[in-house]
Amino acid sequence: MSSKKEKKLKFNAAWDLDPAPEDSKHVSIKKQYDLFINGEFVKPNSKKYFATYNPATDEKISEVADADEKDVDKAVKAARAAFGKWSKLSGKERGKYIYRIARLMQERAREFAVIETMDGGKPIRESRDIDVPLAANHFFYYAGWADKLEYAFPNRNPKPLGVAGQIIPWNFPLLMAAWKIAPALAAGNTVVLKPAETTPLTALKLAELIRDSGLPKGVVNIITGAGKTGAAIVNHPDIDKIAFTGSTNVGKWIQKSIAGTDKKCTLELGGKAANIIFEDAPLDQAVEGIINGIFFNQGHVCCAGSRLFVQESVADIVIRKLKDRMETLRVGDPMDKNTDIGAINSKQQLLKIQEYIEIGKNEGGEIYQPSCSLPKKGNFCKPTIFLNVSQSHRIVQEEIFGPVLAIQTFRTIEEVIEKANNIPYGLSAGVWTDKGSKIFNLTSKLKAGVVWANTYNKFDPTSPFGGYKESGFGREGGLHGLGAYLTI
Amino acid sequence: MARIEIQKTYKIYIGGQFPRTESGRYYPLKNKKGDVMANICLCSRKDFRNAEVAARGAQSGWGSRAAFNRAQILYRIAEMLEGRKEQFISELVLQGSTLAAAKKEVEISIDRMVYYSGWCDKFQAIYSSVNPVASSHFNFSVPEPTGVVAIIADETTSLLGLVTAIAPVIAGGNTCIVLASETKPLCAVTFAEVLNSSDLPGGVVNILTGTAAELHEHFSNHMDVNTVIYYRNNKAEIKTIKENASLNVKRVFVYNKINIATEKAESPYFIFDTQEIKTTWHPIENIGASKAGY
Repeated sequence: MSSKKEKKLKFNAAWDLDPAPEDSKHVSIKKQYDLFINGEFVKPNSKKYFATYNPATDEKISEVADADEKDVDKAVKAARAAFGKWSKLSGKERGKYIYRIARLMQERAREFAVIETMDGGKPIRESRDIDVPLAANHFFYYAGWADKLEYAFPNRNPKPLGVAGQIIPWNFPLLMAAWKIAPALAAGNTVVLKPAETTPLTALKLAELIRDSGLPKGVVNIITGAGKTGAAIVNHPDIDKIAFTGSTNVGKWIQKSIAGTDKKCTLELGGKAANIIFEDAPLDQAVEGIINGIFFNQGHVCCAGSRLFVQESVADIVIRKLKDRMETLRVGDPMDKNTDIGAINSKQQLLKIQEYIEIGKNEGGEIYQPSCSLPKKGNFCKPTIFLNVSQSHRIVQEEIFGPVLAIQTFRTIEEVIEKANNIPYGLSAGVWTDKGSKIFNLTSKLKAGVVWANTYNKFDPTSPFGGYKESGFGREGGLHGLGAYLTI
Repeated sequence: MARIEIQKTYKIYIGGQFPRTESGRYYPLKNKKGDVMANICLCSRKDFRNAEVAARGAQSGWGSRAAFNRAQILYRIAEMLEGRKEQFISELVLQGSTLAAAKKEVEISIDRMVYYSGWCDKFQAIYSSVNPVASSHFNFSVPEPTGVVAIIADETTSLLGLVTAIAPVIAGGNTCIVLASETKPLCAVTFAEVLNSSDLPGGVVNILTGTAAELHEHFSNHMDVNTVIYYRNNKAEIKTIKENASLNVKRVFVYNKINIATEKAESPYFIFDTQEIKTTWHPIENIGASKAGY
């Protein structure tokens, strides 16, 4: 730790990057989307539609159908009717259909990336390099499992569950659709999927793609709507399995709702991950990891590293480096290829984040935000860190789902393990140290489903993802992800 | 002169101790003729909560023992059971079993304990994976104990149901609180004596007696229980347990379609049910053509 007065770096003072916007003219978005049921787009029984907006400009992009209970019933019936043939189809043939979906998605990857960014506000760099390729890879990966299921579960004869109702969130719309649909189909189930109401477009484009792929009618049904539509899926008597990704509160409601039934369930819920920096860590890399951990996708990440723990001996230098690095972050037009932090997904979410920032200040936290300017239109939030907070602060305990980091320091390894685990969530954690034995000590003691050591926010179709405790149960990805869609 | 026999006081088992229920309540256990054989503790919510504290306290120690050591302790339990075979058989007969059925139940119980002893240091290899991620990272997934498991054991058997429920849970490094059969509770208390003399740390297994009707609510709404397992057939109790589980996203398993007298009731998949899969990532330097990074 240096006691010399550090010179403050001035970024962006002398020069700025020219705008580098991704072209959106090559994508086709219809003015209105119907429900994708039994292989075709059909008008909703409700006759109602709702608008979806670009959160970076507040402009309306399109409108989508609002499915009611009758529409849900229709979709479930289509899925049920398709189940017999689909589940009896040989694994090889099922796999070929899923491979087709993967390939079609790769071919249309840029179009999906642009729409994902327009509809959800995430930087095009992320949708282009992370969301869409990972989604396509997920289909490709699970396609190969379709004819190999008996190798995944030794001494068992796995069977599909039936009709899966799948409800997904707005933070990774296409990727979550892939996480849900790909393993379900590989295992021989049929699905009814509902995307989030603020980000329905890439799922509907996926519906078009699935129609083009020649997948048998009714195997995948995609219906749009808000909470009521989701509730109708959860409560439909002919659904065999609910797969949900979203908030812990809704997850608990789902678990309770299906208590009197034989429905199977997997839940991927909230998180409040500890990202732990030890004094022997490679500090510059750790700072990159902190940035990636909390500001990736505007912090709309269930596994975001939203609680930072820095060992006391290096706290000053890490926080200085972190502040400097934050000064270089480019917040703004998500379509710009140089943008690091895009738009907050919705007005509602922006208000929630701003409320938490106020709570943090009122509780006595010391706030720091970089000097960046924000676009005049749209939903934007400066990257934010809070110092001088403790375990009992609400911004330390509660999931904010935005670019807000709560920083604490620690002295001993026992102390940081205790603090990291002292929370109802258990989705993920980060550990930064140069010492291998320390990594293994921590990873075995942290109650979290994913531990990133000297890295953060990495995802892969082969890698199981999911939580301990109130972060949910079941895994998505990898061999273990198949278990969510099979009776074994 | 005929000697006066010393009768056994049937108590419960919490944290390696044999207390009576804190509630002071009991229920009489009668034989076919209607004579009272024993007064059994009618456990309360407070007993469950005490047992949970003991189970939570013992969990990290038990879970971080070497798997080989857990295997030896489970084997030791089997050894102790074998040595007390005659006592279990006579208790089963007292509770209405035929001699042949009693002998069979005890033998299956012992063998099942040995079966799970063997799995203690092997199931991890079956359920782990090294995941070939596309980026330059080493990535692996391993099972870890879920934590504290609350079990409402089979009602129809006195010993086998307990062994079937407890063995896979502790083989995987969890600790548990088990409600024994209400109508056949005698072996539960004797089984606790076996556990107590098998080097099993106190608190790893806690055994209560009483009614599921009263206790299922408390087993499932405790906020520091990770998993509930239910072996009985009461639909209303199952529903309540599943509803209460949502309070803190407990995992719930209902094993009421399994014939516990058969080998179908023993499998590493029962161990797997009370495991969480943990995935760890670490960068690899200079791998292939991929761009190495943090």
